Amino acid sequence: MVVARRTPQRTASSKVMTTRNMIPEKAIIMSGFGINSEMETQEVLVRAGMASDIVHINDLITGRNRLPDYRLLVFPGGFSYGDDTGAGNAYANRVRNNVWEDLTEFLDGDNLVLGICNGFQILANLGLVPAFDKQYNRDIALMPNRGGRLECRFVTLKPAADNLWTRNIERIYCPVAHGEGNFYCSRETLQRLKRQKMITFTYCREDLRPAEGEYPSNPNGSVDDIAGITSEDGKVLGLMPHPERAMEFVNLYDWPLRKERMKREGVAVPTESLNMQLFRNVVEYFR
Amino acid sequence: MTSCVHRIEVHYKLDPRLTTRTDRIRSLGFPVDKLHLIDVYTLATSSRDFNPGELSQIGGQLINPVVQEYTVDKATNGVFDYAIEVGFLPGVTDNVGMTARQTIEDYFSMKFCEGEAVYTSQLFLVCGNLSPSTLQKLASTLANPLVNRVIIMTRQEYGTKGMDPVLPSVCLHELPTAETVNLDLDDRELARLGKEGIISRLTGQRQGPLALDLAQLHVIRDYFQKNGRKPTDVELESLAQTWSEHCKHTIFASAMDDDVPGGLYKTYIQAATNKIRKEKGDKDICVTVFTDNSGSIIFDDHYLVTHKVETHNSPSALDPFGGALTGIVGVNRDTIGFGLGAKPCINFYGYCVGDPDTDPTLYRGKNRANPILSPRQILDGVVRGVGVGGNCSGIPTPQGWCLFDNRYSGKPLVFAGTVGVMPLEHDSRKLYEKQARPGDLVVMAGGRVGKDGIHGATFSSEALDPQSPVTAVQIGDPITQKKFSDVIVREARDLRLYHSITDNGAGGISCSVAEMAKECNGCHVYLDRVPLKYPGMAPWEIWISESQERMTLAVPPEKLDAFMELMQRREVEATVIGTFTDSGRCVVESRGSVVMDVGLDFLHDGLPKKHLKTIYTKKTYPEPCTPCPERLDATLLAMLQRKNLCSKEFISIQYDHTVQGGHVLGPVQGAGRVQADATLTRVVPGSKKGVGLSQGLFPSYSEIDPCLMAGAGIDTAIRGLIAIGVPLDTIAILDNFCWCSSDEPERLGQLKLAARGCYEFATAFGTPFISGKDSMFNDFSGYDAQNNRVKISVPPTLLISSIGIHQDISKAVSLDAKIAGDLVYVIGETSEELGGSEYFAHLGYIGNTVPGLNATVLRVRYRKLTDAISRELIASAYPVSHGGLGTAIAKVAIAGRLGMDLTIPAGTRPDYYLFSESLGRFVVTVAPDNKRAFERIIAPDATLLGRVGGGTLRITSQKFLLDLTLSELETAYKAPFRGY
Repeated sequence: MVVARRTPQRTASSKVMTTRNMIPEKAIIMSGFGINSEMETQEVLVRAGMASDIVHINDLITGRNRLPDYRLLVFPGGFSYGDDTGAGNAYANRVRNNVWEDLTEFLDGDNLVLGICNGFQILANLGLVPAFDKQYNRDIALMPNRGGRLECRFVTLKPAADNLWTRNIERIYCPVAHGEGNFYCSRETLQRLKRQKMITFTYCREDLRPAEGEYPSNPNGSVDDIAGITSEDGKVLGLMPHPERAMEFVNLYDWPLRKERMKREGVAVPTESLNMQLFRNVVEYFR
Repeated sequence: MTSCVHRIEVHYKLDPRLTTRTDRIRSLGFPVDKLHLIDVYTLATSSRDFNPGELSQIGGQLINPVVQEYTVDKATNGVFDYAIEVGFLPGVTDNVGMTARQTIEDYFSMKFCEGEAVYTSQLFLVCGNLSPSTLQKLASTLANPLVNRVIIMTRQEYGTKGMDPVLPSVCLHELPTAETVNLDLDDRELARLGKEGIISRLTGQRQGPLALDLAQLHVIRDYFQKNGRKPTDVELESLAQTWSEHCKHTIFASAMDDDVPGGLYKTYIQAATNKIRKEKGDKDICVTVFTDNSGSIIFDDHYLVTHKVETHNSPSALDPFGGALTGIVGVNRDTIGFGLGAKPCINFYGYCVGDPDTDPTLYRGKNRANPILSPRQILDGVVRGVGVGGNCSGIPTPQGWCLFDNRYSGKPLVFAGTVGVMPLEHDSRKLYEKQARPGDLVVMAGGRVGKDGIHGATFSSEALDPQSPVTAVQIGDPITQKKFSDVIVREARDLRLYHSITDNGAGGISCSVAEMAKECNGCHVYLDRVPLKYPGMAPWEIWISESQERMTLAVPPEKLDAFMELMQRREVEATVIGTFTDSGRCVVESRGSVVMDVGLDFLHDGLPKKHLKTIYTKKTYPEPCTPCPERLDATLLAMLQRKNLCSKEFISIQYDHTVQGGHVLGPVQGAGRVQADATLTRVVPGSKKGVGLSQGLFPSYSEIDPCLMAGAGIDTAIRGLIAIGVPLDTIAILDNFCWCSSDEPERLGQLKLAARGCYEFATAFGTPFISGKDSMFNDFSGYDAQNNRVKISVPPTLLISSIGIHQDISKAVSLDAKIAGDLVYVIGETSEELGGSEYFAHLGYIGNTVPGLNATVLRVRYRKLTDAISRELIASAYPVSHGGLGTAIAKVAIAGRLGMDLTIPAGTRPDYYLFSESLGRFVVTVAPDNKRAFERIIAPDATLLGRVGGGTLRITSQKFLLDLTLSELETAYKAPFRGY
């Protein structure tokens, strides 16, 4: 073994940079049983200006952590329970069977909920979206992908509604990485989602024309290219793709090409990606 | 016994999986018209029954009612001809069943009792006109007889009552005890004991291979004679595990001929690292090498990164999915078990399999018994296994490769690697150091112990033959592992709740506890305290079982309560199974009596030294005598369609390579989506630095020149990283030797040369080995359909994996051509070095001239390229490797979806120039504005070939050679695995 030659210093640069713009409200990011995107979700929120605690579902159940201490609840991506009994279903059961009352109270307050990928699957199984008339029924499903297996690739999204989540967003360009993201609901539900402008993001081509179900722009076969919807009251967003995994310019699939073009056009190369706007919108809501 | 049995069947109202599933089954040649998939949950309880109301509540918990329906104790109806139900055999891990059980327990606030369970199975309802034998064959593609049970019914047999519920519960009645074993046998019997195992008193059957040879058995016999007693089966099995080739690497440790008295490992691998570290002095990048579960290098002032690559060949031959899955989650544990626990942050894979378009009919047993799996089945299984392991664990899998050669048909090679990240210190404690202390408690955390994986270590040290044990197969449970991985790396480690940790891999607790016992010099373990999946296991089975997802920790008594409380909160089962001591002995008790009491020195160092003899005969092969074709259009397209050169993107995209948010350069690049040779990942948020991974392997050179084969691997592994901008002095490498017939002097002769090549070229480049592994008997011996004996040996295979630290990821370079008008250069010389090349293989030849290697020259060249990249003078860079310059240029063009107009120098035969595999070369594109600055740095190594632009790739020499449209090129490159 070799002795470390340099003395480590414990400073997290990103935190130092952003603390002055931090809002006092805090987020709770759920973890446990195979959820796996909590760290990058925490990072992206810090950069947007919101501190958070990563809380194991069991600590919420036993009361070590309490929902009323938070204003934003995030179910991040992952493979809770290995997708057994349907993606997100077992974790949703765990939540519903143990902390349902606290959760509905949280939903009644002026709070936001965000579910990404596995988080969206959990929201769907909990009925937190679409939650028509605050009934929390399971009205939508995220079925296995049309291709029959997990697929990881970058997709382009465009906002399909004008709401707190989509402000100042022209497009999102970020990865999907799921085996069950094939959005499905009844025709009546779909009509109502459309009528009430709850469809928030849709898969589209790179030039923002609709994907019209075509692979790979629509990577999973989702009906009407739906990538994300909100609850009826707009405060809960479920989204299949992962903007938090592409928070920086260098995370984008085609960044080397973009950089080369920008360099030759004399344009400054950004450090952040446009996907950050989604998280800034969340923080702005509380500001 | 469980008396209350209920069966819940779940199906989709409109199943989105069906089109693809049906297509895939049809593509395997089954005339299936329609298919229905039904998920079955069989509830078996004894202490309470569920009433119909409760059962439908349970059904509701197991579905999403928007798209699914369930039936309770009622067969799913429909139009079909056959029903095939695939479930698990007794004792096989049933992850979905466990989850369903937890949901039910939560819902009713109850707990299942001992013996109660939820079992899952899948029911396939098939429409189609299938003969009984086709039906059997279909069933065998849906199931693996080693882990699955299958029931087939016709529509008539199925009737209205459907399938019968099956409870795959393990019934073991006797409570076996430890037995003494008589070693006073003649050498023939003793050898048989070593090869086939101890005879069980209960069954009269051999217990499975010990893989101990006669010399080793003599030493063991003498040791116990000196102690005045006979060994127990626990002791013998334990010694067999600890001394196995898999654990002790006896072949690499043994003296060889007269010139390598210290053995290959010490003389060539370790010595290379020592020499390099000394030469680098202050700039040494190594932190921990060879001693821990992974090797590690400095990442920056605050962090280190670890890397380790394992193989899981034998299990993957028998059960590709399970073998590959346990391979990847197993090597994840080498990360969690590094130092005091590193966080797994990148997975890495590599597969060597037979051509998936072939289907050799070979059998492990006589009379067509125990057929081998087809290369296609193996490929599908291992691809899925590594995917499920990485995806479920939340570890990105950007980097990997897949190589085809029919010599891998008998035994595939499955490489699985993991990179970890860890702070160097926490609260002024060095996290990469660990030490169990006398008095610390031995704690096992994670999954329970069952009969799975018994004899894994000894088995993988042997060639696959009819005696290969079925219990060697395990099914992984990534979620159980994810639970303890999270709590250990994020919580317990920094709360200082333990002094040492290691993973349970080969040999189970027999190896992990005995290994940790070295840190304090002793251990005392109580086998009755080990939590079991089911009762009835013999003490030796508990001791050496390789049940997955377990770690062993040394917890000081004063921290035990805090540790256990934390584990409970995270629902990780943790049990104190003994104490670390300073007695100098490894003592094991079972039901009040000592069943093992062996000195640690004997256990770890008693292994008799071997002296191996080698022979090497240089082989020569015919050289091709075909003239260069007039035009090379068809040749280039054929080359791009070679399975070893074409796109295997179907693997890359089913592996999540973006989780953890560190994606910088991914597995496929450019608008045309070409697979990269190196990837770059950020592992510390906010850092400018990133981890580059690449690899090199050239088994097709092994039979020609093992030394240069090693050199090609090392150069290619390094060069992949240089191309993306990783500086040479941050690069470390790993060796994985997968050899064959290592009891034959000729094979050992090749091994010795390859190891010498490792020393020579690693020291010449200054890239230290930080970790390595070997697997020495990758041979298949069995029979063909006519009962003729068949042996298939893998080509001697050396995988060199590389890891390096990119200093500024915003300057990383991808492989795709970027902008029309850019200049195209080749860096490095091209010679007629086509021995073992893909081009010669395409022509049906092997040849004799493998690429030479002058690392001193290349070191300078690589530094220059790093300089050019750090000055942002390079628009794209791609290393020239398998398939030569021609395929490399084509890939750069395809990736950028941009044509090129190039002129190659006269002098060399054009086809040889384009497809020679000379080392040390890159294709780069450069903006015209950077021409002078680039050439000033790189000259005279770079040759300007032409420009990017136009819709076609045109190559001219003295005459016109080829002109192909981008879509022709892209179609060829992506054709072979379309539809996978």
